[in-house]
Amino acid sequence: MYKYIVKRLLLMVPTLLGAAVLVFALLRMVPGDVCEVRMAGTGLYVDQEAIDTCRENLGMNDPYYLQFFDFIAGYVTFDLGESMWTGKPVTYEIGIRFELSLQLAIMATLVAVAVAIPLGVISAIKQNTWIDYFVRAFSIAGIAMPSFWLGILIILGLLITTQAWFGQPWMPPIEYVSVFEDPLANMSQLIWPAVATGYRYSAVATRMTRSALLEVLREDYVRTARAKGLLERVIINRHALKNALLPVVTIIALEFAFLMGGLVVTEQVFNLNGLGKLFVEAVLNHDFTLTQHLVMLVVAIFVLTNLVVDVLYAWLDPRIRYS
Amino acid sequence: MKRSFLKTAAAVALGASLGLTSAMATAETPKKGGVLNFVVGSKIPSYDGHIETTFGMIHPIRPFYSVLIRVNPDNPSSPTDFVCDLCVGDVPRPTDDGKTYTFKIRQGVTFHNGAPLTAQDIKATYDKIIFPPDGIASARKAFFSMVESVTAPDDTTVVFKLKYPSGSFIPALATPFNFIYSKADLDQHGHTWHQRNINGSGAFRFVEHQPGAFVEGARNDNYYVDGKPYLDGFKAIAAPKMAVRLQAIRGDRAAIEFRGFPPKARDDLVKALGDQITVQESDWNCVLLFTPNQKRKPFDDVRVRKALTLAVDRWGGSKYLSRIAIVKTVGGVAFPNHPLAATQGELKQLAGYGTDLKKSRAEARRLLKEAGAEGLEFELHNRGVDQPYKVVGTWLIDQWKQVGLNVRQRVQPTGPFYDTLRKKKDFDVSLDFNCQSVVNPLVDVSKFLGSAGNNYGEYEDPVLEELFDKMNRSGDEAEQRELMRAYEKRALDEMAHIGVTLWWYKINPHRSYVKGWKIAPSHYLNQALDNVWLDK
Repeated sequence: MYKYIVKRLLLMVPTLLGAAVLVFALLRMVPGDVCEVRMAGTGLYVDQEAIDTCRENLGMNDPYYLQFFDFIAGYVTFDLGESMWTGKPVTYEIGIRFELSLQLAIMATLVAVAVAIPLGVISAIKQNTWIDYFVRAFSIAGIAMPSFWLGILIILGLLITTQAWFGQPWMPPIEYVSVFEDPLANMSQLIWPAVATGYRYSAVATRMTRSALLEVLREDYVRTARAKGLLERVIINRHALKNALLPVVTIIALEFAFLMGGLVVTEQVFNLNGLGKLFVEAVLNHDFTLTQHLVMLVVAIFVLTNLVVDVLYAWLDPRIRYS
Repeated sequence: MKRSFLKTAAAVALGASLGLTSAMATAETPKKGGVLNFVVGSKIPSYDGHIETTFGMIHPIRPFYSVLIRVNPDNPSSPTDFVCDLCVGDVPRPTDDGKTYTFKIRQGVTFHNGAPLTAQDIKATYDKIIFPPDGIASARKAFFSMVESVTAPDDTTVVFKLKYPSGSFIPALATPFNFIYSKADLDQHGHTWHQRNINGSGAFRFVEHQPGAFVEGARNDNYYVDGKPYLDGFKAIAAPKMAVRLQAIRGDRAAIEFRGFPPKARDDLVKALGDQITVQESDWNCVLLFTPNQKRKPFDDVRVRKALTLAVDRWGGSKYLSRIAIVKTVGGVAFPNHPLAATQGELKQLAGYGTDLKKSRAEARRLLKEAGAEGLEFELHNRGVDQPYKVVGTWLIDQWKQVGLNVRQRVQPTGPFYDTLRKKKDFDVSLDFNCQSVVNPLVDVSKFLGSAGNNYGEYEDPVLEELFDKMNRSGDEAEQRELMRAYEKRALDEMAHIGVTLWWYKINPHRSYVKGWKIAPSHYLNQALDNVWLDK
């Protein structure tokens, strides 16, 4: 197992290098640059000399091979450079947003798991009853409804209902406070996006739990367990669910990885200063340095999550062994 | 139960509003204290006002700095009312046939690090802005092309010597980006230090900046104006989405947004909050233009360009577009409320500004036929921003359709949009805009010159260049005005180089407890926050 993990970790290097080449090339194909967006994009008068100086100072006139070398060398020297937009270190820009994104991803995952697994199990056990129909409708609605749209509805709902009930409209805070500083303020901001995102996420997982469990419940060993006279609760919990969770774990893990950098619109709707919003801003600003490292971060998260999922498979199903 | 609750709520609300009304009668004396939360829709590239051009930097950073002179914060709607900030008395009149301006500098002013501010700091600052060393960017260096030298003969005197008298000098000095830096900082840390560090002498001290989240400032207890600022501090919260900014005001997470909202947003806020919302409105020193690419046929033909402008119903557009977009005022090349701007009567003499629309459009059709461009198909290049670009772009396409033109719209995000305008130049007609801070028509109208760095029309017009030059070197306002009319006629009518659509209209709905802030004709102006107080 250890050898397998080491091998997988080593395989990350060519994967990351491939991603680095791709993102470096694609970014430079997009028309426009950070100096034009920053100085000319406001419509105010600006000297062309100032734009040229900006390009020179940011190293945009350097040959591409030098720019690529700088980009990769950052991972060896542990100096990822500075954002071309703010001039602050890339590690700082990512660091201040990482906590929020991680917390939101964890909260959304908890919401999703807490909703998806019980509902999926009930739906499978009560197949083709009104309970099953209700759960299926609930989960299909979650898949159909974009989480940012649900987010907008939540905010408008809060504003309208609080004004109607208490006379003053209330909306969640728009500034992030760490959970370690003020847990109440933190929760009053993040619970809403966690619910909005977690609902859609749970809908996918509910469907997967239901279908995987239905498949397992038709297996011979479940029939054997029933023939032995085991309680249905024991059959479900001890024998069927654990095996049915394999595809669910994959879905949950991949969604978690996606949430770390992909909550672009939801973060904007709730004004969360997370990695998704940073991603959008970096791309819109043509901030090559920051965009490159953000892409690499997301690639690394996906590769690591896949590795964790594979290791989890072996734990959930003892028949799976890696050599 | 519900009914009795509503009755109670109504009674409480009525009581509160009566209380508010009676309080308002006596509450116009500024109150001290409180923290102003406001939302900002753009980002901070750096803290250095001398190189930046975005309100995303001005709104949160301007309160940390002082400037030499500024737009009068009590009368910011006037485009010609300037007052001293770091200088003493009134803004000085020029001597030496309009070529020398001598400023006496306030004494007792200190930077936030405790160092005294003297005339030497102001000289060092303007040297950086006007004569930057190699490798140091200065976004508005060209505003000061008339300046020969800046000297500080002693610690309380700064002298600007001009090469020629210029009416654009004082407005250029009042630009809010001209933050005064400490000479010691520039000498010790270099000319790029202020991009990442703040040491000003403004009404507020810098506390914290969390990129993408907020900038926080606290009252400067050593501020040089007695009793000011009124606020204990401010927090500028970054909120890129307009819907969030709007909801933030509605939910009282923020009291104000200084850039401006579309009419619908204003109406929604007023409907939801009634007298808890105050609305301030003003003409805006931003204008939306359309620029034909004269390197492309048939836009090299003045008849085609003139037909484009004749087809546009500006007066009707003003009436209807102002209901849905942040545009309203019909104007020419200069900001509509400025003494150098055309009167309505003068405007109506220009092609495309007449009130007889049928006649204008018949003339447009005739010109197109004569130029062999009947039923012309072309592409309108536009910026991927709704307000007001896409709204006005769509309207323009309909206007041109009225004279038989078939126009498609190509919308691009900001980066590629400017790449097309500035590098590729592969467009037929593009929407463009001219948005300035201090109203300074003598400089602002340079946008219409083919030689201007921000003009994308691909033309040369020596006559227009000469008129501009004469206008800027004239010290006489009447002569300037006459030259401005000739310039306007040449740019918009005779040569129809660029079409002016409508001037923007600024709408600032804010929480009624925000007092002392007055709307200016630009979202860059009146952001020092030293006059602002909270009536809570």
